[in-house]
Amino acid sequence: MAFDYEQYLRPGKLPHIWCPGCGHGIVMKGLLRAMDTCGLEKNNTAIVSGIGCASRLPGYVDFNTLHTAHGRAAAFATGIKLAKPEMDVLVVGGDGDGVAIGGNHFIHACRRNIDMTYVLFNNYIYGMTGGQFSPCTPTGAKASTTPYGNPDPVFDISKLAIGAGATFVARTTAFHATQIDKLIAAGLRHKGMSVIEVLDDCPTAYGRRNKFRSVVDMMKQLKEIAVPVKAAAHMTPEQLEGKVLTGILHQEERPEYCEQYQQVIASAQGA
Amino acid sequence: MAKKVALLQGNEACAFGALYAGCSFFGGYPITPSTEVAEVMSKELPKTGGKFIQMEDEIAAMASILGASLTGAKALTATSGPGVSLKQELIGYACIAEIPCVIVNVMRGGPSTGMPTGPSQSDVMQAKWGTHGDHPAIAIAPASCQEIFSETVRAFNLAEKYRMPVQVLLDEINGHMRERIEFPEPGELEVVDREPVTVSPEDYKPFDDSQGDIPPLASFGSEYRYHVTGLNKAADGFPTAKPELVDAEERRQLRKIEANRADIEKNEEYLTDDAEVIVVAYGTISRSARYAVDVLRKEGIKAGLFRPITLWPFPEARMTELANQAKAVVVPEMNLGQLILEIERVTRRVCPIEGIGRVDGEPITPAQIVAKVKEVL
Repeated sequence: MAFDYEQYLRPGKLPHIWCPGCGHGIVMKGLLRAMDTCGLEKNNTAIVSGIGCASRLPGYVDFNTLHTAHGRAAAFATGIKLAKPEMDVLVVGGDGDGVAIGGNHFIHACRRNIDMTYVLFNNYIYGMTGGQFSPCTPTGAKASTTPYGNPDPVFDISKLAIGAGATFVARTTAFHATQIDKLIAAGLRHKGMSVIEVLDDCPTAYGRRNKFRSVVDMMKQLKEIAVPVKAAAHMTPEQLEGKVLTGILHQEERPEYCEQYQQVIASAQGA
Repeated sequence: MAKKVALLQGNEACAFGALYAGCSFFGGYPITPSTEVAEVMSKELPKTGGKFIQMEDEIAAMASILGASLTGAKALTATSGPGVSLKQELIGYACIAEIPCVIVNVMRGGPSTGMPTGPSQSDVMQAKWGTHGDHPAIAIAPASCQEIFSETVRAFNLAEKYRMPVQVLLDEINGHMRERIEFPEPGELEVVDREPVTVSPEDYKPFDDSQGDIPPLASFGSEYRYHVTGLNKAADGFPTAKPELVDAEERRQLRKIEANRADIEKNEEYLTDDAEVIVVAYGTISRSARYAVDVLRKEGIKAGLFRPITLWPFPEARMTELANQAKAVVVPEMNLGQLILEIERVTRRVCPIEGIGRVDGEPITPAQIVAKVKEVL
């Protein structure tokens, strides 16, 4: 039976703003399937975003939704979760929002290991402002503010999240549509900070400046660069050159922030 | 039974006032000279089951209290000038999204890092005009430790009542000054809680002005689900760029303060009835000013003190009445002329208005005020 997306969408709030060929819709569908799989309740769930194309997602879905200021989603989400730990809290947003202006909030949310799920749409570009380069734009690539090619090195978001202390980190791509919901569901079930990075395509702001002739070309590239972590274990550094590991990259158990805070309360109350 | 008393710093009194008001969430980032507020909250909040979090920066601290407030918590942050500058983006967010919260600013000197341990009153205009766009502001400047306690309670009340951020302006002197505090009994001071939503979940709109200028705010995690954004929005909370809706929304937000000035404004007057010179002073400097008025009266000079407790909205009607009866107005403040601008504006300069500005980290003394009054009369 086909999945009923409409039960989670807000009537009258579509069509979305995403361009034809943009992978954000694929990720949003994966997100909704994962939330359904995990049985998240609408009233008990908050979805928080910052600013940017991906950050418009909360407007379309029927939960408690919060579209905040640029980069600040993780910090708002931390306030919600700590104030009401019984709520399920998700953050959605793009690479510029999450790891440029929001980089500090992102790494510290990972460090605290607060129990929320951050779905990071990495399309290598600032889409909404018209294609300026982000910390994830490949070095040498063209963007509206790198007319001679991007001189900046690239952030590896998943490595950043692992290094900062997130206890569940996974990566996939918009091409691997059926893996998206599985990884988000695993992140939702994980107790602690989970980060799911989804490599995504932006044909309008990135693809057309970087010799991708079509959306299909961009999707093909996502397919080609993805290497499942298990397969990568048997590959040489040369074979892995230019590839991106996908699947669950990191998972560990570590005390969760809100639970730790309950111990603070118990101590303060003389338990 | 005798009341519980304590010798408390102003910053500590502020924290205990917040707890009295029912604050259950503090998100902060350490900055001198405000840190004692955070330190007391970190110790006292968990005793009540509340939450304290030290965030990674000032912006995150502000974001965290807005997230917490949306779940129904009464939320506080405390900072100083540079921290308020960083928070401005999200103070604006709190204004447009109409999220109640309280921001304590223990003012220090200078632009930028300035004088971290020096007092000032130089964020008066920042409290009103710090963020971008048009929006109302409420800022309160208490003078004594007891008043810091009670005005912090009132700040929470105003935040909840008018669904907006409220700033409490202290300075390094009254933040760190120790005075005897009498703790009010529960019920002695008014505590305003968030107005409950009465419509059905299907009919709930978080910005529905058919319910008046201040529509009730539901809590995340209740049976009400809604959308919040920093974009201009329609009654249902979803973005709109329709000129008539944007205009109505912005005007409603200003109206909710303008129409309720009588409830928000608070002043104290001392010997103003027959005063020929009005000294306008607030916060710590009002204490020097009161002493100066006594000195002047002993010398036969009819001086009076007008002390705005609410700086924003500025109590302009009463100020104008006093300016009309006086020969001169003197405004001592620990900055180079901030509130004096508002006094000049609202009184249309019906009489000479002279300021005393001091930015060297020292308070303005009664003698300075006495000398200035004699000079202008």
